[in-house]
Amino acid sequence: MADIDITSKTMDGMGPHGTKVGLLRVLGPAHVWALGVGIVLVGEYMGWNFAVGKGGAYAALIACWFAGILYTCVAMIDSEVTSTVAAAGGQYTQAKHIVGPLMAFNVGLYLTFAYTMLEAANAITAGYLISVVATMTGYEGALDQRPFIILSILFLAWLNYRGVLATLTFNLVITAIAFVAILVLFVSTSGIIGTGIVQHAALFEGHELPYGWIGVLAAMHFGLWYYLGIEGTTQAAEEVRSPARALPFGTLAGIMTLLIAATLTWYTCSGVLPWEFLGDGVNGSVAPLFDTARLSGSNALVWLLGIGTLFATLASANGCINDASRAWFAMGRDKYLPGWFGAVHPKYRTPYRSIVFLVPIALIFALGAPLDQVITFSILSGLLEYTFMPLNIILFRKKWPMGSIKRGYEHPFHPLPAIVLLCLCGITFFAVFLGYGTQLVAMIGFYIVVSLWFHFWRYRFVNRGAQFTMPWPKPQGY
Amino acid sequence: MQTWNYIEYAAWGLSALFGLYMLVDWFRTDTSYSEDVLTSSREGELEALTEEEHKA
Repeated sequence: MADIDITSKTMDGMGPHGTKVGLLRVLGPAHVWALGVGIVLVGEYMGWNFAVGKGGAYAALIACWFAGILYTCVAMIDSEVTSTVAAAGGQYTQAKHIVGPLMAFNVGLYLTFAYTMLEAANAITAGYLISVVATMTGYEGALDQRPFIILSILFLAWLNYRGVLATLTFNLVITAIAFVAILVLFVSTSGIIGTGIVQHAALFEGHELPYGWIGVLAAMHFGLWYYLGIEGTTQAAEEVRSPARALPFGTLAGIMTLLIAATLTWYTCSGVLPWEFLGDGVNGSVAPLFDTARLSGSNALVWLLGIGTLFATLASANGCINDASRAWFAMGRDKYLPGWFGAVHPKYRTPYRSIVFLVPIALIFALGAPLDQVITFSILSGLLEYTFMPLNIILFRKKWPMGSIKRGYEHPFHPLPAIVLLCLCGITFFAVFLGYGTQLVAMIGFYIVVSLWFHFWRYRFVNRGAQFTMPWPKPQGY
Repeated sequence: MQTWNYIEYAAWGLSALFGLYMLVDWFRTDTSYSEDVLTSSREGELEALTEEEHKA
């Protein structure tokens, strides 16, 4: 690209001009919060309870808090880097500017797969929830879930296609309702209002750590489920009005919300449901918050948590479509993928081709793959992405030390969060290996193969100037 | 025929509508605008402008 001066003596690169149609900067911190929390909150409604099955209720709590530390590190690191690298693509774009093209290509794929698989898992869940509602309202026989799975994906893709402001305002409303539902359930069952029904001491007696400390380690795999996806806030970087303010604010408020929601969820569910039932997410408690509401005996709570479960599922799928399409779009724009994907809709100002292209992929997985495999593929891609983050921030601080460029947020105690994050990722890899070793090895094999393809074939098409579009000084040591 | 069977048909119908809307609009957009315009988005535009204003 001729309009990028990569030979500048003072600047490492200069942002190009000539954008005729770009993404629209219309979002505020609340939308960033809604994007991050919206993707994750479904993990509180279902999925986290597999951690109870792996090691008991206390193991799930330990996993909840250790995973909380992991994600707090993720949120802090992300907030610093993305408030500086304010462009669509999130961690892909960070990797491109800070590490290099091969890392960027891999991170872009991690992001797209993690979000698309999560979107498929959410659509499967939405179909299942609607079939439960049908049974509860007296429908006899098995409802065909496929039209509801397809409708969830196509409606949300349509919403994303039509504009980011409506998409994330919708997410803000349904995510807030789902979060308030958790608070109301906690207040109603814990004894703060009325008679409490939680019985932790009675339910835990003799089952404190049923599988010992190895159970705690195994629970870490599903401990991620409480927070998986909060890093998605970075994908809004090119569409927020004030990246340096909105991204750190929305992301850090998001992780605080999730720490509260996760702890309250554990407290409420583990105090009402026996651990054997709670820990079996297939034949036992599929949706623990909803099951807790049913045991409360209040119809209002049953309806509220039922709506909360459906809203959390839709909010997650909605945010995933938003994030996967931005990552795919950014890769197309830089020619890491065909440049055709880098198109922006002239009226709606969305990456419309990327949005539509990912729809059939999500549908194939939603209709043709088992839920646990889809979720595992999403978790593993996310875990690979988190492993990249500590390396990214260490390189970022080394190449552009404090004071050399303006940061919207500076995370404290560097490099401690990076080291803690790296250690926790290592522990979680081991935990995943215990339960899903074959999938882990297969997926790493997949990324090695695509990396070779990128190195030996695709790299020749890459727009190399796109690595130098930030008006930063030259990195130290170069 | 129960209510839920009608809801099923409605879900199929709405899915088709949303899908068709996107495909038709995609086709119209691609035929109405040149590829240069559609793919003109560049990363770092805001940062470059801020930098230039700062220099000026």
